[in-house]
Amino acid sequence: MSAPFRLEGGGRIDRTRTLHFTFDGKPYAGFAGDTLASALLANGVHLVGRSFKYHRPRGIVAAGSDEPNALVSVGSGPRFTPNLRATQVELHDGLVAQSQNHWPSVNFDLGALNDLFSPLFPAGFYYKTFMWPKSAWKRFYEPKIRAMAGLGHAPTLPDPDSYAQRYAHCDALIIGAGPAGIAAALAAEAHGARVILCDEEAELGGSLLAERKGIIEGKDASAWLADAVAKLRQSPKVRWLSRTTAFGYFPHNMLGLAERMTDHLAAPADGRPRERLWQVRAKEVVLATGALERPLVFPDNDRPGIMLAGAARQYLTRYAVKPGSRAVVATAHDEAYRAALELAAASVEIAAIVDIRQDMPGPWAARARAAGLRVLPSTTLCATSGRHRVSRVEIAPCGSDGKIGARSRLDCDLVLMCGGFTPTIHLFSQARGKLRFAEKLNAFLPDGGAENLRCAGACRGIFGLESAIADGVAAGEAAARDAVGGRVEAVHAPVPLSEDGGGGRLEPLPNHRSPHRVKAFVDFQNDVTAKDVKLAVREGFRSIEHIKRYTTTGMATDQGKTSNMNALGIAASALDKPLPTVGLTTFRMPYTPVTFGAFAGSARGELFDPVRVTSTHEWAKVKGAVFEDVGQWKRARYFPVKGEDMQRAVARECQAVRQSVGLFDGSTLGKIEIVGPDAAEFMNRIYVNPWTKLEPGRCRYGVMLREDGSILDDGVVGRLAADRFHVTTTTGGAVQVLNHMEDFLQTEWSGLDCWLTSTTEQWAVIAVQGPESRKVLERLVEDIDLSSAAMPHMSVRQGHICGVPTRLFRVSFTGELGFEINVPADYGRAIWEAVFDAGFSRRITPYGTEAMHVMRAEKGYIIVGQDTDGTVTADDVGLSWAIGKAKKDFVGKRSLARPAMTDADRKQLVGLLPENPELVLEEGAQIVADRQSAIGQKMIGRKMMGEKMIGHVTSSYFSVALGRGIALAMVAGGRRRMGETLCVPMPEGVIKAVVTNPVFLDPEGKRLDA
Amino acid sequence: MLLIDCPFCGKRPELEFRYGGEAHIARPDDPSEFGDKAWGQFLYGRSNQRGMHAERWRHVHGCGRFFNALRDTTNDRFAATYKIGEERPALPEAQGAVEA
Amino acid sequence: MPDLGQARRGVLGGVDPSSGTGMLAVLPPLSRLIFRGRISTIGRVAAAFGVEPAMEPCRASVSGERAALWLGPDEWLLLARESEAPDLIEKLTVALAPLSFSLVDVSHRQVGLKVSGEHAALLLSAGCPLDLDRQAFPIGMCTRTLLQKTEIVLWRIAETAFHLEVARSFAPYAWGFLEQAERDL
Repeated sequence: MSAPFRLEGGGRIDRTRTLHFTFDGKPYAGFAGDTLASALLANGVHLVGRSFKYHRPRGIVAAGSDEPNALVSVGSGPRFTPNLRATQVELHDGLVAQSQNHWPSVNFDLGALNDLFSPLFPAGFYYKTFMWPKSAWKRFYEPKIRAMAGLGHAPTLPDPDSYAQRYAHCDALIIGAGPAGIAAALAAEAHGARVILCDEEAELGGSLLAERKGIIEGKDASAWLADAVAKLRQSPKVRWLSRTTAFGYFPHNMLGLAERMTDHLAAPADGRPRERLWQVRAKEVVLATGALERPLVFPDNDRPGIMLAGAARQYLTRYAVKPGSRAVVATAHDEAYRAALELAAASVEIAAIVDIRQDMPGPWAARARAAGLRVLPSTTLCATSGRHRVSRVEIAPCGSDGKIGARSRLDCDLVLMCGGFTPTIHLFSQARGKLRFAEKLNAFLPDGGAENLRCAGACRGIFGLESAIADGVAAGEAAARDAVGGRVEAVHAPVPLSEDGGGGRLEPLPNHRSPHRVKAFVDFQNDVTAKDVKLAVREGFRSIEHIKRYTTTGMATDQGKTSNMNALGIAASALDKPLPTVGLTTFRMPYTPVTFGAFAGSARGELFDPVRVTSTHEWAKVKGAVFEDVGQWKRARYFPVKGEDMQRAVARECQAVRQSVGLFDGSTLGKIEIVGPDAAEFMNRIYVNPWTKLEPGRCRYGVMLREDGSILDDGVVGRLAADRFHVTTTTGGAVQVLNHMEDFLQTEWSGLDCWLTSTTEQWAVIAVQGPESRKVLERLVEDIDLSSAAMPHMSVRQGHICGVPTRLFRVSFTGELGFEINVPADYGRAIWEAVFDAGFSRRITPYGTEAMHVMRAEKGYIIVGQDTDGTVTADDVGLSWAIGKAKKDFVGKRSLARPAMTDADRKQLVGLLPENPELVLEEGAQIVADRQSAIGQKMIGRKMMGEKMIGHVTSSYFSVALGRGIALAMVAGGRRRMGETLCVPMPEGVIKAVVTNPVFLDPEGKRLDA
Repeated sequence: MLLIDCPFCGKRPELEFRYGGEAHIARPDDPSEFGDKAWGQFLYGRSNQRGMHAERWRHVHGCGRFFNALRDTTNDRFAATYKIGEERPALPEAQGAVEA
Repeated sequence: MPDLGQARRGVLGGVDPSSGTGMLAVLPPLSRLIFRGRISTIGRVAAAFGVEPAMEPCRASVSGERAALWLGPDEWLLLARESEAPDLIEKLTVALAPLSFSLVDVSHRQVGLKVSGEHAALLLSAGCPLDLDRQAFPIGMCTRTLLQKTEIVLWRIAETAFHLEVARSFAPYAWGFLEQAERDL
């Protein structure tokens, strides 16, 4: 059985495919091609939700993305989406939709009490009320307000769908596939341009989809549309995207498009992405975004059954739905007459056409009268009634002075309103285009100054089918000419702007009631009335941006589509200023809401961010290693055995290295190969150290500064040949060090003959550390003499290990005899296992980053970025010995001579030993000079701490080798304070610690030279 | 996303580039001759131009080259890009002017 | 002492290339050398390597199984068969002496992938921001660029085939991303 308000024939629906759906649990049926809104209207359902603030019953106002009221939740379980416009939700079989913003039901909503108490909720009410007591705001008022207000509920389950992204490039991107956009696409394509055409609707056609009588190029409009679409589909140069919203215009003609791919399907194919985010770079853009019809502002203009005239016409012609049985048409524009005539022809009774204007210059009023419709000029609509649906209106004659005559009543179940049209300039404004106000059209129109774009059709004030198409052709040709160049000529000129008036009205309709008692809505979605806008002005808000924020008009997802111009008109007259000088608020992306999924795209789960692993990762995983994130790298932190916790595992690992031998993967260290005859000179300039005399085969610990004198990075450098250095950097510093070096080489010292190549990923680095390390390696290395005489501490040799070429370093970050084996990365795993096997009898122990950190701290070796920050110099951390004193210049040298850099009270690296050896200080803990100030700090709070704080703990561990907690700290004048007892105030009490040399273990370095 | 004309590779998306601060601030041949104030100016003094700004970019995910660009900071339009070592190109008055 | 000279283990050794529609492949190991130097050295590189490195930006030149990819105005990636690197280094070093240049073996630094098929360009556009239309990115064009969150070298080797070079530790991400892009086509 057909729905009660469905016409017998017509429309672009497929009557052979009946679709079943539920709304608020009640079953209904519609046809393929319906939206949820059209299907509900066909079933006579107008009440679809409650308003944001006052919980007033609301119905369907529009037929497209401008719908402010009919926000519904669609789907269930994990596939649940709130706040979808029912006018854009395509019907599919089994669709489940719910109304929002009410309790317990849309018909009986306790929240509607807000409406009765609405005097308590004027504009900015939450800035004025709920002020006291202060503590109640966070605990009580805000949660309550948030629970009451707000739109639908967020889904709570993980999103099962996938979201794709794609970059695209074209000569001409055409946004909006109405008559102007289609004409532009055809013209651009014909002139050889690569075209992308997108439209937010399911079908291309825009206003043509509701066009009944238009004739284009001798064809009837729907036939022309079908031909045009077929032509576009066949062209290899055109990509057309329906269900695709151009939501943002970004610099240099980059646009964001959101394509909805599966929401319209009853059963989306597995794995098919739900949406695709397009990032389109267009040489030229044609905006053919049309215009939006404006509501009229009159008392209680928000009852279900009150809708835009053009929307009613769309429901009738496109969906074959009668939006009511008896309509009153209220208008300030000719377009409503067309709707009235078409509805009348479909046997909707037109009670009256109430036109606020005195004169109707166009032919439409006469046509309406000729068709027997009652036309009432100079008449206002001053009241409506009807609880869940409009049932009656009051009208009254109204002079140009605003005086109201005798009122009369009209019964109806439908009110059509048309306040005129607002060109859709959202994207144009996002492109930083300039606007001008066209008085006769009552509209802001594009006026240049933007990106490489042009507007066509209604979005630049060109109305009427023929004009829109001609304008689209001109825009398409010009876009192709500017993008493709060469011999392309734009033959047609843009259509001149019509000087006709008829631009509708930007002020409320006059009424007889007290302005304090009237709710005439400007912004339906945010529940903002004309009264609110006026109140904001009375309270001193002058800027339209402030009025917007104070009243919330045009905010959020609405982005001013239906509300902006009316709010502006009311604000301008309240401010008593000409409208153009008040100006428009900034349009922001997105034009309509875009799902988070579309922005995230593939960046979730395993593809959230690259996970970088070394060649021994799988081995470590099998051994049960616990990993830590170091940037994007996964590094083994420790290797617990038999249920060890971290502390025990690290203690065992440290002990193994100190007593026998340990194995560590250092592959993540940054590596750069610097090659060329000027390599040493370059090194001299970029590092603080001297390099000229370093012999090939030897290594040196290098420190580099930023030009401001602070430490940028450090690492061991091996000289492989006179003209070749193997540089290592910290794991996190690899990229910026290479950038820093390239910067100087390219821009300051371009005359130097040396070049940089990143080799971070070429080499797997296996550190073998401990007194037994040489004995383990001797069994594997073929052609390198590992003896201390032949290969002393800080040397590098090239040879082979197990038949694999290696760069073998004798270096140590543990303070023990140690080697770092570099082998080409694909051999890393095999060599690692070979070393592990060779060390088996010596109980070789793999160790992780935590043990590495402990052991280097025992030796007072800093970690750049942990013990240093952007303010620390080489001297501050005791590295002035590294500076080549004889060098005239190096990066950062001049800054070291600035007065602040030589201040004796600078923070300096020291060791700290807590008096209680069991204690391990907290990294980051603040340090004060004595107990007095520690207590003072506790009593007086933060201020005292700022005055007395003299340093902070940078590294702190429990050292098994020393049998106590140790720490590194940066302390003001620290090196003067050796032996002093300082205080570390903690919540549990003050901890005392003694300042010591930061080298806790083997200060003579005997173990290194073993 | 800006579209930047690398002097070597042509127009490429901003994603491939890294910003490099103000251009034409040459490191002195002998910094030790600079007084503290002059050195401080070299380190930290920047023009913070409203309008046409000469700045450095590196095509880090491309050819790796540093280069210079003239960009109008009021509208993000590039008037020119040019290789390191080349003179800052002269622009017609109108293009160099700061918009009100 | 074990001889592990044949114990290479590639970072994508475990991937299953049969899981998708066959558009993706991991290329076998190659010799990779980064040559950096002044333009005046290029003639001798051409003679020793057998391929003349392109002077034109973003172009690759190929001869037999060897290729030279322009990466920057003083940087080329030389590709050859897996076993050739040591010999090539020696040959080039001799041929170029006494000129200044830098030659560094990066064979293990990166991994080669191939994306091919009618929709290869479309698949790559899921994460590559460049215009891959064959007019804008013709056969023989190569460049460093981005694939979503990783840097790649992208080289069009045929109308419908691209060679990608991905840094070793980013290869699993790149492969996973390409597989997802293939599913999303």
